[in-house]
Amino acid sequence: MSATTVFGLCAAAVMGLGLYGLITNPGPLRKILAFNLLGSGVFLLFGVVARRGAAAGFGGDPVPQALVITGIVVAFSATALAIALLLRLFRVNGSATLRANAPGSAGTEPTGG
Amino acid sequence: MNLVLNILTVCAVSAGAFFFMAGTIGLLRFPDALTRLHALTKADNLGLGLIILGVLLRVAEPLIALKLVSVWLLVQLSGAIVTQLIAGVVRQRGLNA
Amino acid sequence: MTVAFAFEVGLAALLVAIAAWAIAVRNAFTAVVVFVVYGLLLAIVWVTLSAIDLALTEAAIGSGLTGALLLGAAARLRPTETPSTAECPSAILRLAAALLSATVAAALAAGVLFLPDPTPTLAPAAAANAAATGLGNPITNVLMAFRAMDTMLEKVVLLLALVGAWSIASDRLSGERSDPRRQADPDGVLAFFARLLPPVGIVVGIYILWVGADHPGGAFQAGTILAAMWLLVLMAGLTVAPPMSCRWLRLILVAGPVVFLVVGLGGLWMGAAFLAYPPAFAKPLILAIEVAMTLTIAVTLGLLAGAPEREW
Repeated sequence: MSATTVFGLCAAAVMGLGLYGLITNPGPLRKILAFNLLGSGVFLLFGVVARRGAAAGFGGDPVPQALVITGIVVAFSATALAIALLLRLFRVNGSATLRANAPGSAGTEPTGG
Repeated sequence: MNLVLNILTVCAVSAGAFFFMAGTIGLLRFPDALTRLHALTKADNLGLGLIILGVLLRVAEPLIALKLVSVWLLVQLSGAIVTQLIAGVVRQRGLNA
Repeated sequence: MTVAFAFEVGLAALLVAIAAWAIAVRNAFTAVVVFVVYGLLLAIVWVTLSAIDLALTEAAIGSGLTGALLLGAAARLRPTETPSTAECPSAILRLAAALLSATVAAALAAGVLFLPDPTPTLAPAAAANAAATGLGNPITNVLMAFRAMDTMLEKVVLLLALVGAWSIASDRLSGERSDPRRQADPDGVLAFFARLLPPVGIVVGIYILWVGADHPGGAFQAGTILAAMWLLVLMAGLTVAPPMSCRWLRLILVAGPVVFLVVGLGGLWMGAAFLAYPPAFAKPLILAIEVAMTLTIAVTLGLLAGAPEREW
């Protein structure tokens, strides 16, 4: 068992933890955090596959590594949009919860403000 | 010559690691926020400086040596600034616990 | 069991432990701080896996900017802490979720253990075609030449996220300058830092963009550093974020994708294919695209990561 395989198992464990956090944590911010953890586990798995594909004088296969770079940027933009939605929800409702019958969820103003 | 350089590098990096551990023990064991900040900045900056000194001995080009030293200087600068900011907030809000 | 192997096993175990801590801790602010620590450790893991570009990107965007974004959001959402802990899921749901997560993790671990042994890899193909662009860094080659379509669409995704975030904002903010939530003391330490560090940071950012052609680096990392410098200046109150209706802001935001698209259509018009570079001009074209991309990335990431600081 090489070190790369150990990191692959670590990635699987982190993905399981992220999935558990996504399902059980009640607050939306914690869910976004768990989602990021899940995503980073996926990227770690890609990195393990890239490392195993080392050939032709490179330390790792460059294609999965480039895909992970793209993935990190896209994950950040998704997180940013989610946080913007969450902050807007908090501002409009006064509470950041995903329950349907939350206090103050009867519409206050028609448009923003 | 190579042996001497290797020994010096191992000594410097070990000393740096020891200072990092001292700083971490201070973080965990000191009683209040300000003393913990003090332990972190002093010990960690010295530890980083020793580690970079150890790595400098193995560097081939002077440009890389310059980059390593500037890394140390930037970490010191940001560490000092962040410590002052945190200490200011701690004092202002009376969070010293 | 060599020392290096023991170190890597220890690092992997520490990573899992910190991820578990981030999920389990009660306080949201603590969870975000632990997540930033996790991201920085992951950057070390990337270096161990010989992916230096990835380590730079993870440290900059994955834990740096995401950490700043989540910390700002956690600080804004602090009044909602106590109600949210009251709606914890039942024990049955937790057990079912734990079983599901354990199954998924076990399936993935089995997949890792049974990966094919002569690993199918595209590294020889990437090395063989590197002469088409003349760049030394294989990842820049893949990002800008072999899979340039992905990179162009990624720019568009960034822009879409910003448009989405803008469209949720209050109507009254769209035309005016948005004030920073806290004005830092102009004689204070933060203002001093915001005057001292950005010149150094801008030079480092441009250097990383330039050196990304042959060594680890590139447009994303450079754009992130520039965005971080801009955020520092914004947070210190030395400048104000431009309003959404500002024309030059919108021009910079579309400059990256537009230059990419123009070069791509130019390749199509000259008869080869979309995003085909003529071999003689490949390196200058890629450099032009990267410069436009870095500016767009810097502005977009700065606006996205600075969102909790402003009034939505």
